[in-house]
Amino acid sequence: MDITELTVHELQEKLKNKELTVTEITKAYVNRINEKEKDVQAFITLTTDDAIKQSKEIEDKINKKEISGDLAGIPIGIKDNICKKGVKTTAASKMLENFVSPYNATVMEKINNENLITLGKTNMDEFAMGSSTETSYFKKTKNPWDLNRVPGGSSGGSAAAVASNMVPWALGSDTGGSIRQPAGFCGVVGLKPTYGLVSRFGLIAFASSLDQIGTFTKDIKDTAILLNVIAGHDEKDSTSANVEEKDYTKCLKNDVKGLKIAVPKEFFGEGINEEVKDALEKAIEKYKELGAKVEEVSLDIANYALAAYYIIACAEASSNLGRFDGIRYGYRTPNYTNLKDIYVNSRSEGFGDEVKRRIILGTYVLSSGYYDAYYKKAQKVRTLVKNKFDEIFKNYDVILTPTSPTTAFKIGEKSDNPLEMYLSDICTVSVNIAGLPGLSMPCGVDKNGLPIGMQLIGKHFDEETILNAGYTYEQATKFREKYKAELKK
Amino acid sequence: MSIEDYETVIGLEVHAELSTKTKIFCKCPTKFGAEPNTQVCPICMAMPGTLPVLNEKVVEYAVKAGISTNCEIERDSKNDRKNYFYPDLPKAYQISQYDKPLCKGGFIEINVNGENKKIGITRIHIEEDAGKLNHNEFGQGSLVDLNRAGVPLIEIVSEPDMRSSEEVDAYLKKLKSILEYIEVSDCKMQEGSYRADVNVSVRKKGDTEFGTRTEMKNMNSFRSIVRAIEYERARQVEVIENGGKVEQETLRWDDVSGKTFSMRDKEDAQDYRYFPDPDLVAIRLSDEYIENIRKNLPEMPESRKDRYINELGLSEKDANFLTSSKAYSDMFEKAGEICKNYKAVCNWLNSDIARILNEKEQEPDQIPFSAENLAELVKLIDDGVISSSIGKKVLDELFANPRSPKQIIEEKGWVQISDENAIKEVVLKVIKENEESVLDYKAGKDRVLGFLVGQAMKETKGKANPKMLNEMFIEELKK
Repeated sequence: MDITELTVHELQEKLKNKELTVTEITKAYVNRINEKEKDVQAFITLTTDDAIKQSKEIEDKINKKEISGDLAGIPIGIKDNICKKGVKTTAASKMLENFVSPYNATVMEKINNENLITLGKTNMDEFAMGSSTETSYFKKTKNPWDLNRVPGGSSGGSAAAVASNMVPWALGSDTGGSIRQPAGFCGVVGLKPTYGLVSRFGLIAFASSLDQIGTFTKDIKDTAILLNVIAGHDEKDSTSANVEEKDYTKCLKNDVKGLKIAVPKEFFGEGINEEVKDALEKAIEKYKELGAKVEEVSLDIANYALAAYYIIACAEASSNLGRFDGIRYGYRTPNYTNLKDIYVNSRSEGFGDEVKRRIILGTYVLSSGYYDAYYKKAQKVRTLVKNKFDEIFKNYDVILTPTSPTTAFKIGEKSDNPLEMYLSDICTVSVNIAGLPGLSMPCGVDKNGLPIGMQLIGKHFDEETILNAGYTYEQATKFREKYKAELKK
Repeated sequence: MSIEDYETVIGLEVHAELSTKTKIFCKCPTKFGAEPNTQVCPICMAMPGTLPVLNEKVVEYAVKAGISTNCEIERDSKNDRKNYFYPDLPKAYQISQYDKPLCKGGFIEINVNGENKKIGITRIHIEEDAGKLNHNEFGQGSLVDLNRAGVPLIEIVSEPDMRSSEEVDAYLKKLKSILEYIEVSDCKMQEGSYRADVNVSVRKKGDTEFGTRTEMKNMNSFRSIVRAIEYERARQVEVIENGGKVEQETLRWDDVSGKTFSMRDKEDAQDYRYFPDPDLVAIRLSDEYIENIRKNLPEMPESRKDRYINELGLSEKDANFLTSSKAYSDMFEKAGEICKNYKAVCNWLNSDIARILNEKEQEPDQIPFSAENLAELVKLIDDGVISSSIGKKVLDELFANPRSPKQIIEEKGWVQISDENAIKEVVLKVIKENEESVLDYKAGKDRVLGFLVGQAMKETKGKANPKMLNEMFIEELKK
């Protein structure tokens, strides 16, 4: 048995039956990392030494019955824009290359309370700005299905770490598709919860009104388990919703009879790869077979969502990233004679091109004289997008789309063409614009053997319906039993 | 034309730090004067990933200020980000309110030279204070202290309704007293918790268009504000009279030279790129919430004034004086309540205490002793334990080293001599030593009595009971 092939619920079962111990599990993953990380490059900071130490302590406490939680000792990977006290949190930027967080993000507290073991901080696009993890200051993460290709982004490190069995699951963040797109590219399950379900406190902000922490797992049941850990109201985050706590594993009924699925035709048109379309058509047929009612709808506003998204996200980013000024922490230029030099040179030298591009764009759209034409108009589009989704959800339970127009592209293929890169978010951004939950799961592979992602969008705070829809499809198709990332070069 | 042909137009933006226990967006204390960077946390230091949570007390205090200045309280409001780079601003944006302030359209009434005038309040909004830059004593550059970063402020913007430095002075004092009465700010100017940006322009009398204004930022003394306005008014008139044009700019007032200086490079015209803060939710106030605050507002100066005149029999002048400052009024009420001699308490505050504060250039809230101390002083005089001249010495002691007046007079041996035998002894001694004066008195020169009493006072170092002395002399001189 290869421990690292197992899902978390399988690991839990084996821990319970004493077939495995916490230290055995941790060691297996650390060995896997030692063996494969050089090929995949999924981590910015590894905390494997601490993890081994921690696994012994946890095992001890379990034996002494001092702790009982059924997730104690399960390893996890954390995207490097989530603050973990005492550990470097870099957001993959030179700006924060040596920044050690003095505090824990709320999700990190929750992870610690469950005695999960952090194996490392995963690579990402700098400040989560990108769709390929190529804008990381530190390294380029490889797609475990084809090491010449990108893992997607911005949470590419987390997606690749799960797909290559270096962690059983991981946390990421999603502002415009940064969990779902890499999950799709790497053939794993990715959930971006409803805006406000998971606290953003301690997540280094990219775009505050769009950012949401979410999960990468091997299957849907693990998604439900991890969502149980991280969801919940947090008084430290004003935008965190005060909704009742749920046990998301309870909704996995393996039954979609009567489920009403909407398929927006705009997501199957121009620009969407034929193989992706074919795989999605097959998924739709499968849902019909399983008893769901599938109908085509129109979500024409989605065409404007991408433009509105880039205006709003960049506007917020331009302000959120102001604090990286070389004064209190982070990179400070050695080249200065006055205050203005500190600002200009620290930021010019500390940020990468993509981050600078977005700060400039965001600064522009908020400037006096342009605010109404760009930012205000984008907010209006945002309202229209929300309204359109509300309208569809009056008659449907789930909206089904591809996760991305294509499968994973080659490293370097789009890195010189920002606009083309932005287009890879076309299927995912409107979900963030509307604050809805979105799930990506594999629904097949293309002729190169690369996974194809399917996106299921749900109503606000109705993660249960998309989790059950995903679970039912997963049980019927068994993607994991048929396909596997081989880490081939 | 001369300066008399011009009219000065002044509008103010007053910043008052609110006296909430904790900061506006985190739980750090707001206490003034702590060691640098000891009242900070990851949130007010703007560590990556931190988020603000609005302190609801701040909204409550701002609403109180709005109601007390006759403003409309907005049911829907929000927080906006004002973006600019400065080392005392850790997030590189200040969370403020842009187009939806909490309070709008109020006024306060001032009295200058016996005339009442309404000064319009455009708006009151909430925002966070910035940190402080200190000169580095150990090396080059500046040191950043973030203790003040995130201390809550209200900004009270007036209409350009003031026409003289006297009106500005009256407005600032009235507004300060209101904020003190409703207990939302301690308005300690010396600690920077009450400061004003002053906008001044001039125009020819009779003109309806405003002239170009200049702004003087962060002024924190009444005296400097008055001086600065007088200077700026004269400067602008001179510029115009010489055929020039007043430039719209931010000026720095230099108290030492008594001049204003241009502060900002005009090329650096700021674009603050205001936009709604996505980390915070909209502020919605119910009618019930606002009504509840209105009902529970403390008694305002006008009402106190009426009570002083009608119930305590004070003159309007005295009542005006006492209510001009909450510190005076509070001390008056508390001390009067204890010693039951309101008139005497009023006299102490109005004359000696006000004089001493004025000499020290201090504000009423800097009186170092308690109302209990003052009440005790009044009682000691009323009970004949000390004379009023000793009372003044006790007051000096209270300012120098506050403690119980009883303790002071015991320490100093200032207890009044009211013992009949002791008084008689002194009187006889003085009569014996001043035979000539005694003869004068007996010859009908009544004035001499005062001289003799004075001598006796000198003899007792002012401790003899003056009434008893007087009576004893008259009696003995009859013999």
